[in-house]
Amino acid sequence: MSTLTETEAPPPLSPTTEETKPPRRRGRFTPYWLLLPGLLWLVVFFALPMIYQASTSVQQGSLEGGYKVTWHFATYWDAFGQYWPQFLRSVLYAAAATVGCLLLGYPLAYLIAFRAGRWRNLIMILVIAPFFTSFLIRTLAWKTILADNGPVVHTLHSLHILDLTNWLGWTAGDRVLATPLAVVCGLTYNFLPFMILPLYTSLERIDGRLHEAAGDLYAKPWTTFRKVTFPLSMPGVVSGTLLTFIPAAGDYVNSELLGSTDTRMIGNVIQTQFLRILDYPTAAALSFILMAAILAMVTIYIRRAGTEDLV
Amino acid sequence: MTTPDNSGDVRLSGISKTYDNGFTAVHPLDLTVPQGSFFALLGASGCGKTTTLRMIAGLEEPTTGAVHLGDQEVTHLPPYKRPVNTVFQSYALFPHLDIFENVAFGLRRRGIKSVKKQVEDMLDLVQLGEQARKKPHQLSGGQQQRVAVARALINHPKVLLLDEPLGALDLKLRRQMQLELKRIQTEVGITFVHVTHDQEEAMTMADTVAVMNAGRVEQLGSPTDLYENPNTTFVANFLGTSNLIEAEVDTTNGDDIVLEAGGGKLVLPKARCSAPTKAGGKVLVGIRPEKISLTHADDADRIPEGRNRLTGRIADASFIGVSTQYVIDSPVCDELAVYVQNVERDGRLVPGADVVLHWSPAHTFGLDADQDIDAGTEEEAAA
Amino acid sequence: MPLVNWLKRRLVVIAGLLTLAYLLLPNVVVTVFSFNKPKGRFNYAWQQFSLDAWKQPCGVADMCGSLSISLQIAVWATIGATVLGTMIAFALVRYRFRARGAVNSLIFLPMAMPEVVMAASLLTLFLNMGAQLGFYTILIAHIMFCLSFVVTAVKARVMSMDPRLEEAARDLYAGPLQTFLRVTLPIAAPGIAAGALLSFALSFDDFIITNFNAGSTVTFPMFVWGSAQRGTPVQINVIGTAMFLVAVLITLFSMVVTNRRTKHNA
Repeated sequence: MSTLTETEAPPPLSPTTEETKPPRRRGRFTPYWLLLPGLLWLVVFFALPMIYQASTSVQQGSLEGGYKVTWHFATYWDAFGQYWPQFLRSVLYAAAATVGCLLLGYPLAYLIAFRAGRWRNLIMILVIAPFFTSFLIRTLAWKTILADNGPVVHTLHSLHILDLTNWLGWTAGDRVLATPLAVVCGLTYNFLPFMILPLYTSLERIDGRLHEAAGDLYAKPWTTFRKVTFPLSMPGVVSGTLLTFIPAAGDYVNSELLGSTDTRMIGNVIQTQFLRILDYPTAAALSFILMAAILAMVTIYIRRAGTEDLV
Repeated sequence: MTTPDNSGDVRLSGISKTYDNGFTAVHPLDLTVPQGSFFALLGASGCGKTTTLRMIAGLEEPTTGAVHLGDQEVTHLPPYKRPVNTVFQSYALFPHLDIFENVAFGLRRRGIKSVKKQVEDMLDLVQLGEQARKKPHQLSGGQQQRVAVARALINHPKVLLLDEPLGALDLKLRRQMQLELKRIQTEVGITFVHVTHDQEEAMTMADTVAVMNAGRVEQLGSPTDLYENPNTTFVANFLGTSNLIEAEVDTTNGDDIVLEAGGGKLVLPKARCSAPTKAGGKVLVGIRPEKISLTHADDADRIPEGRNRLTGRIADASFIGVSTQYVIDSPVCDELAVYVQNVERDGRLVPGADVVLHWSPAHTFGLDADQDIDAGTEEEAAA
Repeated sequence: MPLVNWLKRRLVVIAGLLTLAYLLLPNVVVTVFSFNKPKGRFNYAWQQFSLDAWKQPCGVADMCGSLSISLQIAVWATIGATVLGTMIAFALVRYRFRARGAVNSLIFLPMAMPEVVMAASLLTLFLNMGAQLGFYTILIAHIMFCLSFVVTAVKARVMSMDPRLEEAARDLYAGPLQTFLRVTLPIAAPGIAAGALLSFALSFDDFIITNFNAGSTVTFPMFVWGSAQRGTPVQINVIGTAMFLVAVLITLFSMVVTNRRTKHNA
């Protein structure tokens, strides 16, 4: 009998008198408590450093004597005047890598979204898995792949493609390594997954029947792509290009490992100024110019593309 | 056991809900749902019926007024301390738990250790014993609905709240589940408060229906009462179809009011008129389409005395099996609806034919003419 | 002509597979060269097959130490960023509060900022504060840049969650804490896991920010960077290959488990 009474549900909780008072407006401060630690972290270690950096960029002095804020804005002009080629190069290389990522990444994203069938998951793994291998090791592998007497350079040479790229100034002599082409190639490779994943996400949302509908309405495959698929994948294109361009423009690893002194990007300069020359005001100014330039370009780009809901 | 058990009564006294943005979803409202009844809150979307339900559940706090369950005030109790359970719209089954654990959820939260027997019995009651280890998304809509009911009922709540529980089901399944829910309610004897926008559903299932419109209860009563004797144009139009004809009060004759519409006389029992009746005042005369008989104009003299009559011409006729639905143009009102059972079909009743519409005065109801004549119609809902 | 048509119809597939090859080629090279026995200090040209490096993966001075530091930092950074980021994500989705826009931009900005800018400014802060650069400054930096990614991942998941599920839990006698533990957290778990996984990968593989704020501490990426100048030991490729295999195996395993579970239940 006792087991029977145990399994019987006790009567639902009865209200007690003390609880019938109108409650305090519970949870009014909950969001602030939830936000506080994380936001504090971002304020102290992201926003505050920006301010410090801004102040450093207008300081003068020396390592030994210490630095003082002197509102010395000339640092900016000097830094830009001296390093504008590196700035230009960063923008050009990053833009080239972004275009490369788009051209290479789109077919693969399309393949995964629409044509892969049961291979979809496997291909997805193969796109993501390299992420988990140190990107520096993988970048070093390009040194082997593009080696001067390796098969890639041989093939390019015998197909006279090197002549073309030499003429364009992308390569020099019989080499690919230590040329702009190698750096762009490395950048493209490194940031390709950042293009493929958002592209795939927005392509995957497209209803496959739209393709059939377009075909039914006399659109040829290429027209279908141009008029239906591509416009619908625009959110992916926009966030993919941003996710590629921004880190590529600030990167210095590819230029350092695959390039030469003639391919130095602004990241290399900032790194050298900060870590080797220890000229903090110049480094801070350069870093600020880079940030401002990128924010400006991104803002214009997002306005033009007409999508603001990227996050 | 001589004192009636009223612990399952739901009493709402003066409750209202005004949101922070100033929108008043529910105007002060008094309502008593007696223990053991099947009560329906009926209205179009946005009429405040779901807000009312959520205030009973404790998911929404009333701006004014009080909620009582039996003799206990529960106005400010959080939902997890109320002896009330809800069957949510689109069920809200926990996707990460299997059916067994979904049903056992409430028991476990109240600290009951051995739940197996109870859950199995409950799943058998809703005929889902076999599915206990499946996840919700592996079940059909009808099965999910039954899980939601089981998950609530297993707690033996004093009141079961149902928020559009059948809205996601297709028509046939909905009819089946209506009967099923009614059966369960009769079996367990718990008070059910059912929110729906489907007037047919409310009328099939509920003992008492409250028709809500714009945050107020328009009328409360049994389904027959509401249907036969609506008090407002909204109720008349929202529950089924009504023909509303504008008429002028001519004379009052004992228990009847004699009205004039388009030169003819119509008789309306005083008891069935919710409008003030002064000689010369306006009244809306209502008559349900199925109460009207159609006679071809050639046979007009065969219509018995004492019936209300109107003349008209058939504008459209649609045959729908059990009945034929006519649209009649009449001088007093265009587009009168008439439903005629297909017992003996008169071959002359085709579009263009002149006809006489007639009905027993006892079926006529009268409404205040100061209201929007289209309130509660589908045209209005679309606008 | 049939060949041309065949090619035309499969143009996308062919192009996609070529891209996939481009993505995977370095991994193949890394794997193949983990069996190399190079002449000299650099492992860039093939010499002869050898299992030496696989037999002694820690045979290089400091390498496994740096690996261990990287793993520790990645674990702590993942925990820190996941906890803080999940809290922010819940606050953003579930509550209305002032300065929402400002909070959103503060979370978006670190993702839209070149790493080198964040790295340099953080170093400026640490230098100004006179902080000792090392393990903890790296950890602080990693939590900072992982945070935004966790917020984004968790936010997406919590946003797609039906609020009625929590109401149902409260209706079924679960108090606020029980509701959170039994319903909210399990349903948000895939988003939190995705954020945590991403944090781990980002932290473990980070070089630029680490390089600025590491002082004399050497993480694995920094070890690789240094070896690119001094000479690349084959063991680096062994670690790279092992990491790739572990990643593939973990993803495959989780996919098999998910598949089996759905099949079992069906």
